[in-house]
Amino acid sequence: MSDLMKVSSNPHVRSKSTTSNIMLCVIIALLPAAGFGVWHFGFRALMHIAITVVSCVFFELLYELMMGKKVTVQDLSAVVTGLLLAMNLPVSAPWWIGIIGGAFAIIIVKMLFGGLGQNFMNPALGARCFLLISFASVMTNFDYDTVSGATPLAQLRAGGLETNTVLDMIFGNTQGTIGETSMVALVIGACFLILMGVIDLRIPGSYIISFVIFLILFGENHLDMGYISAQVAGGGLMLGAFFMATDYVTRPITKKGQYVYGIFLGIMTGIFRLFGASPEGVSYAIILGNLLVPLIEKITMPKPFGKGGERA
Amino acid sequence: MSKALERIYNGLIKENPTFVLTLGMCPTLAVTTSAINGAGMGLSTMVVLILSNVFISLLRKIIPDKVRIPAFIVIIASFVTIVQLLLQGYVPSLYDSLGIYIPLIVVNCIILGRAEAYAYSNPVIPSLFDGLGMGLGFTVALTLIGACRELLGAGQLFGYQILGADNVFYQAGSLRPLAMFLGEYTNISIFIMAPGAFFVLAFIIAAMNRIRRSAAKKGKRIAPASDCTGCMGKNCAECAGGLKDDTSIQKQDETPVQRNVNTSSQEQNGASVQDGAAQDTENGEGESAT
Repeated sequence: MSDLMKVSSNPHVRSKSTTSNIMLCVIIALLPAAGFGVWHFGFRALMHIAITVVSCVFFELLYELMMGKKVTVQDLSAVVTGLLLAMNLPVSAPWWIGIIGGAFAIIIVKMLFGGLGQNFMNPALGARCFLLISFASVMTNFDYDTVSGATPLAQLRAGGLETNTVLDMIFGNTQGTIGETSMVALVIGACFLILMGVIDLRIPGSYIISFVIFLILFGENHLDMGYISAQVAGGGLMLGAFFMATDYVTRPITKKGQYVYGIFLGIMTGIFRLFGASPEGVSYAIILGNLLVPLIEKITMPKPFGKGGERA
Repeated sequence: MSKALERIYNGLIKENPTFVLTLGMCPTLAVTTSAINGAGMGLSTMVVLILSNVFISLLRKIIPDKVRIPAFIVIIASFVTIVQLLLQGYVPSLYDSLGIYIPLIVVNCIILGRAEAYAYSNPVIPSLFDGLGMGLGFTVALTLIGACRELLGAGQLFGYQILGADNVFYQAGSLRPLAMFLGEYTNISIFIMAPGAFFVLAFIIAAMNRIRRSAAKKGKRIAPASDCTGCMGKNCAECAGGLKDDTSIQKQDETPVQRNVNTSSQEQNGASVQDGAAQDTENGEGESAT
């Protein structure tokens, strides 16, 4: 902080971290998981990714041209949104789902609120929830290759893992959305982001740890490691914690606030997964967290030296 | 007669209660799950609005100023009860689908707002047409929102299947390609749920503002205070200037009757909600000066 505030005469050091550089890092970090999704689910997954990314970029371009605004598609944020949204889709969804999702994510969640940096909610997650509410049967149908089966989380809900082991879930050999199944691929991408300094462990760490503590306190079989590791590896927790909760625009900027935010997400995810109507709750938890960010920032804003505090 | 037409135009377009004044949002967002529900709600409200406007206008010299709000509520509630019993007797299906929102017409702020802002200080005939215009504006708005939500969310329009499998075009043999094309549609069911109401309302208001603004550019003023909703395109000084002008006009129009500025009487003669905001800023300036 003190380094940041130091004012000196020129020449100034220029940072290479521009919006498009950061977004490029996120895209590279998402590639292992996306690649695994394509390998695991087949060509149809690639088609979903391509359609969603292209439609996100297209709608951003279209909106900016129609409204006479500066074209910002080259900052790659729309590509990241599209990639994240596609990774949140089930592979058996119809082809047009990415177009509707992309339009909602870009036009309604992002551009109507002022574009990148102004959106109060993660566009990809907003669109995922829109699709989940609108096309409930399509979005929760995880059949692929004519193999039908429940996701690991649904199995856990029904009583315990039946067709998958925890090891399957860590490597990603399970049912689920395109990008969420492989914990290993997601963690590789996350490590890359952490090494590049794009994200840090404050939000993902506090999110996952508070989620585990919530499971230990309120889960059915409190200290059963198999159950807990299955809950952590299953569903969208890894994807959400490392790639969506850490979205620069929709997370708190204060350090203390980031811990509060992570803990809130962990507790909400726990509540949704254990007591909610559906076995998964990461996306709703993060969206609710996004809405609270201004309040979290307000209460965790550090006080400048000499301001506030107790009066003598 | 031009006065009557002016009142109807005012209610339908210039001060449309839903799209311009954004009053009565509770029924607007809650019951517009289908076009028929929206139309039913709008027509019920219109009947109550016309009758209450007429009777409040008739009794305006008798009702003491201090107890006018309870008196309005009694008059409105009587007509709502009549409408409720009539609906229950003659259109039970609509009565069932509107449910609690029929008794809630009593607290619809459009009705109380028109009573306070217009009927209480104007003769009977203009009040009648004011109620008719406002009621028509409300009905059209609710039907429009209901139709959009029903079409997108359920593929239907007034109960007829337009989109999706088994649509009405299959019945006409020559329209088969069209029917098959429309048959591909999948319902976006969020539109018949609560969030869909907000989406549709927001997009219709945005479209109306766009039309208003392009009309204003051509020199035709549709809404007296559309400047404020169009703040984004202008600088603040222009906007504030426009507001000040409006308040000064409004002061001249103000009736001698002493009024409290409360939520139900935000709209005054010939001016709209934005003037309420202008008054607020005026008060704020006054406070800061003292």
